[in-house]
Amino acid sequence: MTAKPPPALKIEGLKKSFHGRPVLDGVDLSIPKGSIFTVLGPSGAGKSVFLKCIAHVIVPDAGRVEFEGRVLETHDRASRADFRRRCGFLFQGNALFDSLTALENVALPLEQTTNLPAAAIRERAREALRQLDIADFESHHPAQLSGGMQKRLALARAIVTHPDIVLFDEPTAGLDPLRRNAVFAMIAKYRRRLDFTALVVTHDVPEALATSDRVALLGQGRIAFEGAPVEFASSNDASVAAFRDSTAALRETLRSLETGEAL
Amino acid sequence: MISHVGRTFLGLVEGLGHFAVFCAGAALSPWKTRKLGSRILRAVHEQGAVCLPVIVVVGVFTGLVLGLQGYHVLSRFGSEGLLGTLVSLSLVREMAPVLAALMLVGQAGSALAAELGIQRNSEQIAALDTMGVNSLGYLVAPRLIASVLIFPAQAALFTVVGLWGGALSGSLLLGVDSSVYWAAVERAVEYRDLWECFLKAAVFGLGTISICAYMGFHADRHSSAAGARAVSACTTRAVVLSSIAVLVADYVLSSFFIRP
Amino acid sequence: MEFLVGVFVLLSLAALAWLTVKVGRGNLPDGETYLVESRFANAGGLHAGSMVTIAGVTVGRVEDVRIDPVDFSAIATLRLLTALRLPTDSMASIKTSGLIGDRYVALSAGADESFLKPGDRITLTESAVDLESLIGKVAFGSVDKESPKPNPTP
Repeated sequence: MTAKPPPALKIEGLKKSFHGRPVLDGVDLSIPKGSIFTVLGPSGAGKSVFLKCIAHVIVPDAGRVEFEGRVLETHDRASRADFRRRCGFLFQGNALFDSLTALENVALPLEQTTNLPAAAIRERAREALRQLDIADFESHHPAQLSGGMQKRLALARAIVTHPDIVLFDEPTAGLDPLRRNAVFAMIAKYRRRLDFTALVVTHDVPEALATSDRVALLGQGRIAFEGAPVEFASSNDASVAAFRDSTAALRETLRSLETGEAL
Repeated sequence: MISHVGRTFLGLVEGLGHFAVFCAGAALSPWKTRKLGSRILRAVHEQGAVCLPVIVVVGVFTGLVLGLQGYHVLSRFGSEGLLGTLVSLSLVREMAPVLAALMLVGQAGSALAAELGIQRNSEQIAALDTMGVNSLGYLVAPRLIASVLIFPAQAALFTVVGLWGGALSGSLLLGVDSSVYWAAVERAVEYRDLWECFLKAAVFGLGTISICAYMGFHADRHSSAAGARAVSACTTRAVVLSSIAVLVADYVLSSFFIRP
Repeated sequence: MEFLVGVFVLLSLAALAWLTVKVGRGNLPDGETYLVESRFANAGGLHAGSMVTIAGVTVGRVEDVRIDPVDFSAIATLRLLTALRLPTDSMASIKTSGLIGDRYVALSAGADESFLKPGDRITLTESAVDLESLIGKVAFGSVDKESPKPNPTP
């Protein structure tokens, strides 16, 4: 939260529609280097599509993405390859390879994209597992790990290539409130330890506000709000208030359910 | 009605084009993949070792039934001595490459389509792409390379066990002299027949495995269903289309090879 | 996994080796060969690869069957073992193995003092018996009739 470093990622006019229905309708964002930037939005607002367009898993219809000042063109393979080398992606469902062990999962990106000797690859993969405190499970298969450990394993795989930016697609989807907190704490902790820019999309408002440096709200295919977490919490903007209230109401219902069960 | 036919046709052409692009991508991808050897080894295991029992069982029974039927037809003309000719030429030219390919489609091809379909569904393929790993080179190319080697090998195994199956029913159970049977086999089959067998098998292998891989790899593309339904739909389509492709390709190849 | 793959590879190699040994043995026994030609009025059923025998023993193969564009007779090229020197007055006849079996060329050695040289032509030949029409005649009981009726009564 110092002055203003040059943006790690600059997105302009990103558009994508499916079957004639626009999902992203001109998204402009600028992600400061070294920050945790969270894009909030209700389910179905196109948050995942937004992230996948940046990573080019989905090809956007229009718009440009700039990574550290270099434009990523669809047909410019060199710039795309360079971006992929320096970008980690944490998928909503973790996307771990279930036929490989934890260690093999983490080693895979190094094996396939670098010329490091096998021993060095294993060492770096072990290091990534250690950093995420799952070193004891290196020979387990993903299915044998708990949800939280799978998430950490997926993060280990995303950071093993020492990326400059990591994209988090709904990192808390399907987790209980306790684990949600843990995941955001994990993102904050490892971002500090490993020094990358984190771009998170989620609909968990309180956790996001607590850990992010900056937040934005995606609604109707555009950025409806962008600012510091404090500004988001106190904003009078109609769409922000509506989103805040809807999640707060949901949360209230859940809390009463939980306490009801506890008693 | 007419517009429906037109749309279906255009969809078919587009699908064919998409498939061709997929195959071209897979053909160019091995050079971008590291540790290709261990991936091919895994594919050899999938298509070779895992499918061995079914190939042996089907091969033996094919030989047995060829011996049985052949014996009863030939004995009408007093030509039981030609049983070896009948069994060996049927096996080498048609049965071994076709039936082995169909069995491999059923066992390895369906598994491949389902596995890739699940990997597409759970975003594992997207994950490879974001890592900068060529997903075609990592997932598809090793299977295709393996298929060119494995299908002929399986056809050879099928032929051998089939010949023994024919010997079993023809000479052990029905009483054709075993040396007459084997002499007829040796006389009938030429190296050209073996080449026909292996070439057919390699073509079937490449064709079916690329169809199965394509269906799984793009499980999300061809169906309105999603999730588990999409995987089951893509597996069904993969098996049905591959089986048809085997039989069509067999007819075309046979008509090139046919001779007195 | 490696072990199973190894088993599979070994089995395939064994199958291949066995097939290679078993198959194509209808070919000639080892030895140098030479070509002679023989002319038949009717070479029906004879094709490249058909056997050539003397006294029932395989001594060669038919290399090629083609038509003489001048007199429309069939010319069969035979590949024979060099070790086997055939008198020039040997006879080549087309026979059938079994009732419906393959056609082959049976040679019967002559008594001449001189021998056939590579490229020579066997002049004494006996054409294929048109077994099919013969069977037809026997089966339909119309050997004596000029032309068999479509549905003759026995």
